Amino acid sequence: MSEEQEVVTVVKSPIYLKYNFTAGAAPARFLAQLKKGKLTGQRRAEPGAPVYSPPRGSCPASGRPTEQEVELSDKATVQSFTIVYIPIPGNAIEPPFVVANLVADGANISFIHLMSECDNADVHIGQRVQAIWKPEEEWDYSMDNIRYFKPIDEPDVPVEKIGKLSVTGQED
Amino acid sequence: MANLAAVVGVGQTKYTTKRQDVSIAGLVREAAVNALQDADLGWDDIDAVILGKAPDMFEGVIMPEVYLTDALGCNGKPMIRVHTAGSVGGSTAIVAASHVQSGTFRRVLTVSFEKQSESNAMWALSNPQPFSTHLNAGAGGYFAPIIREYIRRSNAPKDVGIKVAVKDRLHGARNPLAHLQKPDITMQEVEESFMLWDPIRFLEACPSSDGACAMVIANEELADKAAKQPAWIRGVAMRSEPTTFAGRDEVNPQAGRDCAADVYKQAGITDPRKDLDCAEVYVPFSWYEPMWLENLGFAPIGEGWKLTMEGATSLDEGGDIPWNCSGGVLSSNAIGASGMIRFAEAARQVRGDAGDHQVEGAKLALGHAYGGGAQFFAMWVVGSEKP
Repeated sequence: MSEEQEVVTVVKSPIYLKYNFTAGAAPARFLAQLKKGKLTGQRRAEPGAPVYSPPRGSCPASGRPTEQEVELSDKATVQSFTIVYIPIPGNAIEPPFVVANLVADGANISFIHLMSECDNADVHIGQRVQAIWKPEEEWDYSMDNIRYFKPIDEPDVPVEKIGKLSVTGQED
Repeated sequence: MANLAAVVGVGQTKYTTKRQDVSIAGLVREAAVNALQDADLGWDDIDAVILGKAPDMFEGVIMPEVYLTDALGCNGKPMIRVHTAGSVGGSTAIVAASHVQSGTFRRVLTVSFEKQSESNAMWALSNPQPFSTHLNAGAGGYFAPIIREYIRRSNAPKDVGIKVAVKDRLHGARNPLAHLQKPDITMQEVEESFMLWDPIRFLEACPSSDGACAMVIANEELADKAAKQPAWIRGVAMRSEPTTFAGRDEVNPQAGRDCAADVYKQAGITDPRKDLDCAEVYVPFSWYEPMWLENLGFAPIGEGWKLTMEGATSLDEGGDIPWNCSGGVLSSNAIGASGMIRFAEAARQVRGDAGDHQVEGAKLALGHAYGGGAQFFAMWVVGSEKP
């Protein structure tokens, strides 16, 4: 050996795991509705029970099954958000981008989605947004059927009413 | 009634970005040997080993406790593994304490670790599922909106997070084991560090560290004969709640409030700010200091940030209730170990063994850990005096 070589102390060997996702009864119904372009949630079959979306089959607070399916609006309210300045590996979206905790009208829990067609500096808690869907022929069993949410020209929702709007966008 | 138990030995590694000179086994053994030396004990003096770490998929080593038995000298002895996400170091210490308090074992070794240089914690936490969009940017992306909501509710000034980031690094500069050594850090430097997940800046987030922490916990009879001052365990509590449920208060989780109330009751604490001498609290993002000051009852709701800004939690400013004198998670974050480091540093304080970050005359200290989506909580109170 004529030249000195640096001692190799570390090699990177990432492990890729491919797995099948078994949705289970409640998410399967949710995903089947999503394929038709509809957002749904579930609640315990009793008056005033909170609506969960995406549903996982039981109410996390009580442990009881959420048997009743509820259709939701694709309009939502910003409960909170962050502006992300670092890229997501395998995702083409360019930072900075807004990831928001959104509550769909008719649901009582937030989910996370992207906001776009907005000035990041104008995004705020209580802001009204609506889903921008992919073209219908691309719909799959996936929340990615919604590309992002964009702000709409509706008055802000007061903080104490976020997460409490009915499917019509009015207070319950 | 539980029997008395006490910490009679504490051992840690130096926290750093990459410990390439040791394997995971070497890392945990180093902390364990340090704890045994501190306790003036040998492997034969240990009845069982209780081990904790964050999820296995971080390093991709599944059930590491099985292969670590050799390194931890426990072939033929009971080995117990604990899993509670980021709070695991705290929960592991509590499980270890419980096995002594119950009389099952007389003296146990408890160890926790993370080797972040051999893992990718951020993306291990963000595996895609079809019912949600794949946007989860690790823990920071998850906690940033909760911090934003705290700022809205409390109307706290923008620089509270910056102040905590500076304070904990100045504390860390007193602790030779701390990963980040930034004795000259300034508010301006933190403010100008780049934004990661608005409102969390780079210097307002914890580093990624390799490291391990260990303790020896003994029953009353053995602790009375301990080589050094024991840290008597005055109360232990764990609580959890689901990640999401309608109406959940993510800023001020009920599980945290209930856990604190339980541990204070056991330790006879009525006013934590007054009764405790210091606290080691899990603050991985700077804004979690004011949030936990409120959740843990050190300040009224909406006013935690005032304690921070007044310097009440700062050793350097002579505060009355110093938080994270070791530098905290903001100075060292070996995830699985981070909770146990809080518990062990609380013990070091009441043993009078905390070196340059010692709170003078500390008699009663809180150790705290949280994990998951701020849904798992573990806390203990340790004291210099036998209850």
